[in-house]
Amino acid sequence: MATTIPIEAVGADGARRAPHASFEYLSTKKDELVGWARKFSLFPYPFVTACCAMEFMAVSSTPYDTDRFGAALPRFSPRQSDLLMVVGTVTHKQAPILLKVYEQMCEPKWVMAFGACATSGGFYQNYATLLGIDRIIPVDVYVPGCPPRPETVIDGIMQLQDRIARQRHPIVNERF
Amino acid sequence: MSAPAILPSLSVSFPQGAVSHGTFALDIAPGDLVAVVDRLKAQFGFDMLLDVTAVDWPGRTPRFDVVYHFYSTTAHVRVRLKARVAEADPRIDSLVASYGSAGFLERECHDMYGIVFPGNPDLRPILLYEGFVGHPLRKDYAKDHEQPLVPYRSRD
Repeated sequence: MATTIPIEAVGADGARRAPHASFEYLSTKKDELVGWARKFSLFPYPFVTACCAMEFMAVSSTPYDTDRFGAALPRFSPRQSDLLMVVGTVTHKQAPILLKVYEQMCEPKWVMAFGACATSGGFYQNYATLLGIDRIIPVDVYVPGCPPRPETVIDGIMQLQDRIARQRHPIVNERF
Repeated sequence: MSAPAILPSLSVSFPQGAVSHGTFALDIAPGDLVAVVDRLKAQFGFDMLLDVTAVDWPGRTPRFDVVYHFYSTTAHVRVRLKARVAEADPRIDSLVASYGSAGFLERECHDMYGIVFPGNPDLRPILLYEGFVGHPLRKDYAKDHEQPLVPYRSRD
């Protein structure tokens, strides 16, 4: 049997208000509040190097629309972004550029390896190709596929959001 | 010169060549390259240099074929030249005086095979990076040998 719990609000003067009155306070945990805010305001930096870019365009635009997850607006400055999406093959010649972009991003920051090449080098194993970006920067979520289906990318974004919501959000950490 | 006429006249001028899959293929000595190319350009109208590359034949002497493809934009005919150069001294004259595009094409061939083109003013790496040791498309370059520019993270 359902029980109705009366909702009661406490005003700034300490007086109790009637249930229909507006809330003056909400109680939550700092990490949950910050995590909730951060997970819905991901600003991706698309580090786009190869054919996965086509799939990135597809998943960003109308039919799939990552805007629904708060991860829409690409920021083409690492300073203004907090999600580094590495889309495509990264070569050894490009690795210093990727590392510099990553280091320029402000904390907090997350990294998505988009597609097989960014994850592991894909089908390349030769003099030119970096076999997975996790050899030089830490990666939070790997999206498989060559290229990934848009649904796979959205699933990756949602898993990253779950992770952001559950993780600690220290005001000051060892790196910042 | 029209397309039907050009192949027979090439065969007359270069009797050691042959038509292969519609392309006139010709093996030449490295020293004859510039003379042959100038003649192809002036006399037969091959006005476009399509590609400069090489083939590595490990164990063969001389080891490398340097391969040139030319195209005539009026007759729509292709010519392939091959010249053999030795591993000890892989040199062949540059074509930058006749074809500007030879600058980049020879640079790439120098990157990948280590062929030296005297006369090319700029043989810096074009696809590879400064500090890369060796020539990755040679058969004796291990296929999984990497030369990373960024130190790898420790995986612990």
